[in-house]
Amino acid sequence: MSTVNEVAIFAKGLTRKFGDVTAVNDLDLMVEKQTIYGFLGPNGSGKTTAIRLFTGLLKPTSGSINVLGLTLPNQANKLRMQIGYMTQKFSLYDDLTVKENLQFIGKIYGLSAKEQKSRIEELLSIYQLNSLSTQLSGSMSGGQKQRLALAAAVIHKPKLLFLDEPTSSVDPENRREFWEQLFDLCDQGTTILVSTHYMDEAERCHRLAILENGIKRADGSPQELMNKMSSHVVEIASNNLRQLKKQLISLPEVTSVAQLGAHLRVLVDKNIADPVQFLSQLKLIPKNDQITIVRPSLEDVFVTCTGNNLLNGGG
Amino acid sequence: MKSLQRVQAIILKELLQLKRDKMTFGMVIMIPFIQLLLFAYAINTNIRDIPVGLVDHSQSALSRILKQTVVATGIVKFTHQYSSVKAAQAAIDKAEVRAVLIIPRDVSQRLVRHPTVGFGLPPSSDQENSRPVAQWLVDGSDTVIAASIKSLRNMPLVELLDKPANRNTPTFEVTLLYNPEQRSVVNIVPGLVGVILTMTMIMFTSAAIVREQERGNMEMLITTPLAPIELMIGKIIPYIFIGALQVIIILGIGHLLFNVPINGGLTQLTLATFLFICASLVLGLVISTIAKNQLQSMQMTIFILLPSILLSGFMFPYEGMPIEAQYISEVLPATHFIRLIRGVVLRDVAVVEMTFDMVWLITFTLIGLIVAAMRFKKTLD
Repeated sequence: MSTVNEVAIFAKGLTRKFGDVTAVNDLDLMVEKQTIYGFLGPNGSGKTTAIRLFTGLLKPTSGSINVLGLTLPNQANKLRMQIGYMTQKFSLYDDLTVKENLQFIGKIYGLSAKEQKSRIEELLSIYQLNSLSTQLSGSMSGGQKQRLALAAAVIHKPKLLFLDEPTSSVDPENRREFWEQLFDLCDQGTTILVSTHYMDEAERCHRLAILENGIKRADGSPQELMNKMSSHVVEIASNNLRQLKKQLISLPEVTSVAQLGAHLRVLVDKNIADPVQFLSQLKLIPKNDQITIVRPSLEDVFVTCTGNNLLNGGG
Repeated sequence: MKSLQRVQAIILKELLQLKRDKMTFGMVIMIPFIQLLLFAYAINTNIRDIPVGLVDHSQSALSRILKQTVVATGIVKFTHQYSSVKAAQAAIDKAEVRAVLIIPRDVSQRLVRHPTVGFGLPPSSDQENSRPVAQWLVDGSDTVIAASIKSLRNMPLVELLDKPANRNTPTFEVTLLYNPEQRSVVNIVPGLVGVILTMTMIMFTSAAIVREQERGNMEMLITTPLAPIELMIGKIIPYIFIGALQVIIILGIGHLLFNVPINGGLTQLTLATFLFICASLVLGLVISTIAKNQLQSMQMTIFILLPSILLSGFMFPYEGMPIEAQYISEVLPATHFIRLIRGVVLRDVAVVEMTFDMVWLITFTLIGLIVAAMRFKKTLD
């Protein structure tokens, strides 16, 4: 889809330590322009630190970063005008109105009075903030705040947009709309890097990387990741699921067992050729109960490549 | 140009926030107003009408006249009468009265022989002659009250006997400059400018920046092209005007309500105030780079404020402090400012003439700025 000079972010051997803690460990990453790239990982997996390294806010302990053709951290100042950053927590001013916040950010980015006026008009209508323009930001709902934060992050039309867990305080309806807006931005040429711990969100990204303890466990498009997964996904419909789960989890061939309502979702190592036969010969499951191979989800990918599932179990 | 626009954006935002923050805005006006009234009315070293008791063993016309003469000084007022010295002492224990005047039975003999009364000087060997007329029993724990009553010790008694004043020539001629009526408010009001500016300027700036960190705004600001120095300048400028507003309130009310003279020119006043506001704001900046939240910044402000009240010469004369306290006093910007503003307001001295204090404030500001800028960079990483 692209050539080498179409790369927005390139990092090699990127490591950042805080004292004894290694927040990002030997990360190699390539993000192509005009794509939405996801960072999927639990809290504390190094997503925010990685984003801060790419924005030039933090200096790497070792490794090299190139963002939009600029070498970081040396050229971090030049990068400022070309990137937008939406923080995890709402970080605009609660005691300013929507319009005042946008005017403030516009001035900070050096927009002229005329540019500012037309740009703010435009943003207010794109992000449906027109009716709220004189309302104090602090009194708005999570979804409204998030739209405002996105509007502020793109006021200077950045080439690269960083979103740090943008939808953690937003309901599903607003989350859908938000992603529509992200795809619009992407379509207009913006590269977006978004961190999340929601599977459904990660699944919308063009490509994603799964992070854990600062280490990249896997990367690729969601489809690729599901295809090359190292486990079979098997669903078992049976009685006495809690008991069965305990028995299955003790098997070395079983990576993870999670209960989903009346089913058990079992991840079986790919070395087993026929997982259905493997499970039924164990004689733990009554004969008439259903054992079926199902299509893997991103959550299965996530569970397979993170954590020490052999010991902990999934659900 | 862009840099100027960014500083302007911060200033505008700061003013908008201040406008919405009714509490802080109220404090800007009310702190100087209330403090001024409190200090000007409550702190008074010229004490009047101390409640005292009387034990009159003499019960004569003379003793009553003596009592009247004492009342006429205005220092005390007799609220209680006791029959015995024992009862009087119990009353002092109970804090019913602060002191008791005991008039002895032989008050008339004592009075007649008293040297100040003017029946000529008796031979000094005569012990009878040097006996005081009466006795004061005083609760001496409060030194100011004790001193006021002690000042009655050499009260002239001539009026008592309707005799012409026996005028004696003082050893020294004392001319009181700048505050001839000895009104303490004249000294307090200019000093109060220093105390209130210390309090509000340090508190507002340190809190204003820490708040930005606490609420997470800083995380957004540091990804923008805004430079730390632009942020600092933009934050400081609105408070320079607030400081100026407070000075106008304090000196204005001081002048109108308490008749405090403002002898110095406006230029000198502005210069002195500007130097001090800068020093205080920079101190606030330094605090903001150390404090992790608004509570800590408040605590640190109090840590600076207390010595600024006690050691700056505002309440107690610098000359009376032990040498160690004087060292601390010299470090505080408030000390130098209080000297400057008293100089300007009361004595019409030019700021430049008080070179040391001026240079110290400038030095303090510069060093503070460097420290703040250095520490501020660290907090980004």
